[in-house]
Amino acid sequence: MCLPLKRKLPNITSKIPPVVAMAAILLLWQLVSISPVVPSYMLPSPIAVCQALFSDLPTILFHAKFTLLESFYGLMIGIGLAFIFATVMDCFRVMDQAFYPIMIITQTIPTIAIAPILVLWMGFGMAPKITLVVITTFFPITIGLLDGYKSVDQDAIRLMKAMGASRSQIFRHVKFPGALPQFFSGLKISASYAVVGAVVSEWLGGFNGLGVYMTRVKKAYAFDKMFAVIIFIVIISLLLLLAVNIVSRIAMPWLQVEKEKNHE
Amino acid sequence: MSLEKSEVILRAEHISKSYGEKQVLQDISIHLKKGELVSLLGVSGSGKTTLFNVISGIISPDEGKVYLKDQDVTSAPGSISYMLQKDLLLPHKKMIDNVSLPLVLKGMKKEEAREKANPLFAEFGLEGTQYQYPSQLSGGMRQRAALLRTYLSSSGVALLDEPFSALDTLTKASVHKWYLDIMQHIDLSTLFITHDIDEAILLSDRIYILNGTPGTIKEEIVIKEEKPRAEDFALSEEFLEYKRRIISKL
Repeated sequence: MCLPLKRKLPNITSKIPPVVAMAAILLLWQLVSISPVVPSYMLPSPIAVCQALFSDLPTILFHAKFTLLESFYGLMIGIGLAFIFATVMDCFRVMDQAFYPIMIITQTIPTIAIAPILVLWMGFGMAPKITLVVITTFFPITIGLLDGYKSVDQDAIRLMKAMGASRSQIFRHVKFPGALPQFFSGLKISASYAVVGAVVSEWLGGFNGLGVYMTRVKKAYAFDKMFAVIIFIVIISLLLLLAVNIVSRIAMPWLQVEKEKNHE
Repeated sequence: MSLEKSEVILRAEHISKSYGEKQVLQDISIHLKKGELVSLLGVSGSGKTTLFNVISGIISPDEGKVYLKDQDVTSAPGSISYMLQKDLLLPHKKMIDNVSLPLVLKGMKKEEAREKANPLFAEFGLEGTQYQYPSQLSGGMRQRAALLRTYLSSSGVALLDEPFSALDTLTKASVHKWYLDIMQHIDLSTLFITHDIDEAILLSDRIYILNGTPGTIKEEIVIKEEKPRAEDFALSEEFLEYKRRIISKL
């Protein structure tokens, strides 16, 4: 019974510094906002932001539903595409040579520049938003998977061949599970991009979504509501990251075992 | 059991192999009898590992054939597996699934393969580790598990490529003893790559000396000392005589 307690203790102590730092920033923010240096309409206090968040919560939730759906669909399609691209590129060298440079180029295009074009092509609905999320999320996952496939020990693959394994068996038993840690590292980056990608594309045209809400409150100079929605976006991005973490733990139980062993 | 009379289980006949212009192996013929431990001794670069890859079927020879129990297994991987210094256990699979993987690869159901592998854990001194991950086991245990996997995939023949070269002298001695015991117990025949002359003399029934570029069999030496060998065999005059003979050929 002693062991879990011992393990929890460093967990709690390790959480003290970030909590203190956060509290200090909030306190500083509160002090600056009530000081005469900055007018209160330009920098609303944390308390005012919280009030705005709660009073406007039904509207924010209504818009959040659209943004979350766009992010989710975009991320899922991004994962699917990344899986197909990475696997094909790993299987056929010529595909790797052909597509790798193109993938890099797509990442140098600023999302904010491509979003209006997507709106012109696809209208004001969810399609251009989902497309933008796909473009931003698929790259980190593809790179993660590709690196993962390449990191597999060549001796392990040779041994599998000696044991009579087919290419698909080598993929199933060695390559894919071996690439999972890098896949999840890529997914963590992509998950945090997904919501931001959706919001940015909503700025540039649409009927619903947190980005649309943001442009509306901006035009009304409702700074407290703007901060409220920013905080809301931060919270859902963090929740998404947490979800990815939970899934990765379930998908890779052996890493948990290794971690526990290293702690002993 | 007299090894001289036992049947030949593995034969490699007239194997030649080149990579581009460079010939690595030239007309190599070796055989392994049931229950035997035969060493391939040679300096690095003499093509030992290439020969192993040819025998396991993952490299096709330019000339020559490999037979397992009179069945032609040339360029047909899946019949003879090998074990390296690295255990190559898959970190994401539990021990029982790592060990029974060769059976699953041959089309056996996972549950059935587990049932077949399970009783062997005790025999290999691994009882109780079935549902652990490789990272939870010591290096020595993982190496034994790798041997168990080789055993399950190889129909009585094991190819070992310097499996003990990372061990310190004392551990090596106990592992040697364990290996000879288990070999006899589970009726395993072994083809063994090493560059350690002492190890080859201590363990082998016969030694092939592979040398030169391209690699050819320079000499076949039979170690006549009965098994199990006395602990002071390594200090005897016969041992030194074998060693002298081998060194003169290397």
